[in-house]
Amino acid sequence: MSATAIETSEFATSYLTDGFTLRSWLLTTDHKRIALLYLGSITFFFFIGGFAAALIRYNLIVPEGMIASAETYNRIFTMHGVVMVWFFLIPAVPVTLGNFVVPLMLGARDLAFPKLNLISWYLFIIAGAVVVYSLFTGGVDTGWTFYTPLSSSYSQGHVVMTVVAIFIAGFSSIATGLNFIVTIHRLRAPGMTWYKMPVFLWSLYATSVIMVLATPVLAMTLILLAFERIFHVGVFDPALGGDPLLFQNLFWFYSHPAVYIMILPGFGVVSEIVPCFSRKEIFGYNFIVWCSISIAVISFLVWGHHMFVAGTSIYSALVFSILSYLVAVPSAIKVFNWIGTMHKGYIRFDAPMLYALGFIGLFTIGGLTGLFLAALGADVHLTQTYFVVAHFHYVMVGGMVSAFFAGLHYWWPKITGRMYPEMWGRLGAMIIFIGFNLTFFPQFILGYLGMPRRYHSYPPEFQVLNVLSSAGATILAAAYLLPLAYLTWSLFYGERAPANPWGATGLEWRTPSPPLTENFDVTPVVTERPYNYPPPEVAPGHV
Amino acid sequence: MTLWLPEATTTAPEVDHLILAMVLISCAVLALVFGLMLLYVIKYRAGSGIDRGAVAKKTWRLETSWTVATLVAFFGLFIWGADLYLRLFEPPPDAMKIYVIGKQWMWKIEHPGGQSEIDALHLPIGRAIELVMTSEDVIHDFSVPAFRIKHDVLPGRYESLWFEAKRLGTYHLFCTQLCGTGHAQMTGEIVVLTAPQFQKWLQQNGAGETLAAAGKTLFMRNGCSGCHGGNGVGGNQAGSAVRAPALAGLYGSAVTLADGTVVTADDRYIRDCILLPATQRVAGYPPVMPSFAGQINEDDLLKIIAYIKSLATEKPS
Repeated sequence: MSATAIETSEFATSYLTDGFTLRSWLLTTDHKRIALLYLGSITFFFFIGGFAAALIRYNLIVPEGMIASAETYNRIFTMHGVVMVWFFLIPAVPVTLGNFVVPLMLGARDLAFPKLNLISWYLFIIAGAVVVYSLFTGGVDTGWTFYTPLSSSYSQGHVVMTVVAIFIAGFSSIATGLNFIVTIHRLRAPGMTWYKMPVFLWSLYATSVIMVLATPVLAMTLILLAFERIFHVGVFDPALGGDPLLFQNLFWFYSHPAVYIMILPGFGVVSEIVPCFSRKEIFGYNFIVWCSISIAVISFLVWGHHMFVAGTSIYSALVFSILSYLVAVPSAIKVFNWIGTMHKGYIRFDAPMLYALGFIGLFTIGGLTGLFLAALGADVHLTQTYFVVAHFHYVMVGGMVSAFFAGLHYWWPKITGRMYPEMWGRLGAMIIFIGFNLTFFPQFILGYLGMPRRYHSYPPEFQVLNVLSSAGATILAAAYLLPLAYLTWSLFYGERAPANPWGATGLEWRTPSPPLTENFDVTPVVTERPYNYPPPEVAPGHV
Repeated sequence: MTLWLPEATTTAPEVDHLILAMVLISCAVLALVFGLMLLYVIKYRAGSGIDRGAVAKKTWRLETSWTVATLVAFFGLFIWGADLYLRLFEPPPDAMKIYVIGKQWMWKIEHPGGQSEIDALHLPIGRAIELVMTSEDVIHDFSVPAFRIKHDVLPGRYESLWFEAKRLGTYHLFCTQLCGTGHAQMTGEIVVLTAPQFQKWLQQNGAGETLAAAGKTLFMRNGCSGCHGGNGVGGNQAGSAVRAPALAGLYGSAVTLADGTVVTADDRYIRDCILLPATQRVAGYPPVMPSFAGQINEDDLLKIIAYIKSLATEKPS
């Protein structure tokens, strides 16, 4: 189907060989190069955040805490949260995989605003530099949630600097979101109607809407926090005439939708991979698409479920509880649809598919445990304990990071022009699944038994489960280093990738790997629905 | 290692039942999801020559059925959780009130009889207890896992939670809202005693005067009696230059404010009257009361409120 496009490309230049100077990278407006700049940056932050996580698990091996100072521990877990949330999870899929494949999937030359795309990377780097500076000059101890009045009047750390970093990173998010929205509206290839778009684009569209609408609220909240801290303007601190719950309301008004900024792109990735490796059209395309959109809408109306014991009105809790159940419905529908896609397929077990299956399993556990926390009577006992920690790590790490790896392996041949070593990829997927469960499953039990989160030391009866969790974390840490090693190896020694190694549909596979600077020689024309996988005539002996 | 947590209050088993129900539902769903995935990856693996037959093109029937099934199950869980929550935070009217003050990084407990304790709470079994809680600095959270109950403790206002212990023993008290460096040290113990043991404990620790008696002294010293009268009788009686509302019989009664709203005079209301009088103007009285914010600390505030509360039985003639 793509033979002509690929033959002509022999004479064109791949984006990787189009200029070798530092300047050709740092001032590029090519979405593919910017995606790689972002990939390097978020990998750096992932390992900083991961190092902090390792220190957290190290500290909790013994009840009195391995790290002598409670203050140090508080600063470590705060940095873990800040770095992982704003400098890895929120940008991860959109700015790397999204940046790379959105124009390719649309059959476009680039994003709508290539310079804005580059600016968003620079904003991200400035924000990252500020956060790293605050980390190395002492950090901050308020937790990534910055609850007032602790953060505004009592904490001694670099609250303002960290908040400024997040403020800047927010503008990077907004720029990316805006760029995706305009691109998807304006730059679709001829024939690509909305319902012929791959689900990944729908997911990123929904994500972008949240980024553009929710991030400004965070920016305002953080400005108010900084004003209260510097100028003692009474907004949140009751001693200055403010209201501490106002901060929580504003913070979660952004931060709950932000959870969907993190997970929706993951849904999109999995929705590409499952049909491809099942050789079957996606089950319930329209339902999956509209689930993404409804999640984007409802996610703005559930923030109060973080505050069921915070001192808000009992009746508001009822409303937020039922809305939280409502937002879980579309996610459940998606899971059923992915399984429906596998039904009667021709399933292959390449690494992207294994990561995607891991995602479905872990995300389902994360989602189900969310139901516990949405049930008001149960939330009272479970909230603010390790149960919550386990719940959101199942969604964010088990779900989101697995989806990120799934997508990274899936598009790796397209991005780099090299195949990753398949057996290592599969091994990595399986070790991550095992290590992840060993780390976080014990935390559900710890939470039920009452162990509070953010504790530097704990009563001795919680030790066995903590040691189990820390042991799992060592496996998980090794498992995350594994892809770093073999993917780097493949850059130099990997087999050359063909244009379409997976036999996938989707326009990004109709251009060589790595793609040309201009993406396509001839603008492709779309005539059929996505995921039009014909059943293989002879089932390949690829198991 | 123990995987068992005592159910030490009357409501704890109910919370556990709800959690257990959700564990069972989760197991069923996980069995379905993992089971189907496993079945399909084996049965429909690319190398399997099994006849796939016709693939269903119409999906809406299945979609509608699992959407409706999910909605129904979720709605059931919502009702169950909400019903329990409403009861968890609706203290019975006859609950015994104990006051809690959180500060970085300790808990101070004030019993009505004037007994106070630090990082410990002694209480009798089989008696509904309502904790009225506030913080002197940041947000804390009073959490007792064995009681399956917790609530944030905020500066500048009273929050409350209640429970009725039904099992003797000593249980963990945790602060579960990050409150700074010593957060993990802000723990304590909850000691559930039999009624006679509790009486004995009160006597052994009841050296000073009751909260209300201490509050009366503070009421005089802070000049409250100047307007509200020596026994809180209020009005424009002799010796009082200003007309101020009567406080006797106030606690628990309905008060009409200047803007027409009617509020119940509980701890929270009286606290606001003392600290933020401008927001709680009582109908028919001039807004002359000065704010005592920053003048009276949380401890003393509790005592003054206890005193005003003790006037509730002295109906004004």
